[in-house]
Amino acid sequence: MMRRRARHCLAIFAALALSASALAETDQEVAARAVALELAGAFSNDGFKLRDGHWASTLAPGESKIIAVNLYAGNEYWLSAGATEKAKKLTVDVFDETGAPVAAETFNSGTKAAAGFSVTNSGQYFVRVRLEEGEAAGVCFLYSYK
Amino acid sequence: MIICLLASGVFAASTPSTSPKATPAAGSPSASAAPTASATQLSPAEKAQAIKTDSVTIPTPGELFAALAKPAKPDWAGRYRGPIAMNYKTRAQIALNIGGLIADGFIAVEAQDTQQVKNIGGDIVKMAKALGVSESILSRGNSINQFAENDEWSTLQEELEATQNEVKASMQSHRDQDLVILVSLGGWIRGAQVVSGVVAKNYDEKLGQVLRQPELLRFIRSKIAQVSPDLQNDPLVKSVNDQLGAIEQIVATPFGQALSAAEVTKLNVSVNKLMQDIQRKDQ
Repeated sequence: MMRRRARHCLAIFAALALSASALAETDQEVAARAVALELAGAFSNDGFKLRDGHWASTLAPGESKIIAVNLYAGNEYWLSAGATEKAKKLTVDVFDETGAPVAAETFNSGTKAAAGFSVTNSGQYFVRVRLEEGEAAGVCFLYSYK
Repeated sequence: MIICLLASGVFAASTPSTSPKATPAAGSPSASAAPTASATQLSPAEKAQAIKTDSVTIPTPGELFAALAKPAKPDWAGRYRGPIAMNYKTRAQIALNIGGLIADGFIAVEAQDTQQVKNIGGDIVKMAKALGVSESILSRGNSINQFAENDEWSTLQEELEATQNEVKASMQSHRDQDLVILVSLGGWIRGAQVVSGVVAKNYDEKLGQVLRQPELLRFIRSKIAQVSPDLQNDPLVKSVNDQLGAIEQIVATPFGQALSAAEVTKLNVSVNKLMQDIQRKDQ
């Protein structure tokens, strides 16, 4: 378990180093990614594989962003978002290709939020990440699958 | 390392007590969960304005293979291809083939074949160096070897994508950002070749559903439309883009409708032709 945690930690640092140097993200966005990776790490313990790709930005209170992803039927997904500490409540909602809300298991705790579901129809899905409460904060979205 | 271990302890301590792991589904999301109260239908404008990026909107070959592996249990080693050239003349062809090699890496991981993973890792590094990407890719190659020797298959999937992203980041920093989409495209084509081949031989509707991905193809083609005119007019890129237009039509079944057996076969023929073009030496 310790080895796995250490490896997860190393992966976080490596990913953060790459994103900071190569993609010129702000400190806020890099910090938000660390939170999102920490949340996604919990799913890794259940066999979910973490995508290295991510989206990061800054959200104002009440603001939301919608990110398009393409998901495959037969896979299970956890769509995770993390924010810096000025965020007090973050939400993640999922919509299918037609724009209809998708039934998903949700997790929400302060600077972290996630939605998980099993995909039965391949196609494009939309993930809405919303900063419900708090001050403007760096926010990062990423996902895991199995 | 000490800092790292301490940090991992901190991470563990800060994991919320209501972790998703503790949900009734024990970490696996279920399809029967309810949407959140705030979720109402997205408008066409909201969908049109959605953020689409190469790194998030385009899935990895590993995701496609994961979807196939559960119902079909393919003979992954039987899906290997022979060695490809390592000295293509154009940067576009190198980028497309790096993507294909990354997909080959995912296939070898599915097959849990240590030697094949190491061979492909070496090929990826070799081809990436031909593009002049940063030396840090070498350490990725070493990591791939180490994870393969330790049978860390799940970590290898993440490492392969990280390697791909490092190649792309290096391309961006070397003002080669137009090549980034070609790496993703090469991976998609190789993945689609393998999956459509398996599904064509063992068709059922569930498997036909996996290959439905019109919006993904539309996005890839929209990115190709944004690259420099010089690259768009590269004979291989032009040919690949034209063929993708036809493939987009094949995979464009309505949402919820699987590709038919005939459509899967047609897709397989098309992507086989694409892969032959991409890996041909005399471009």
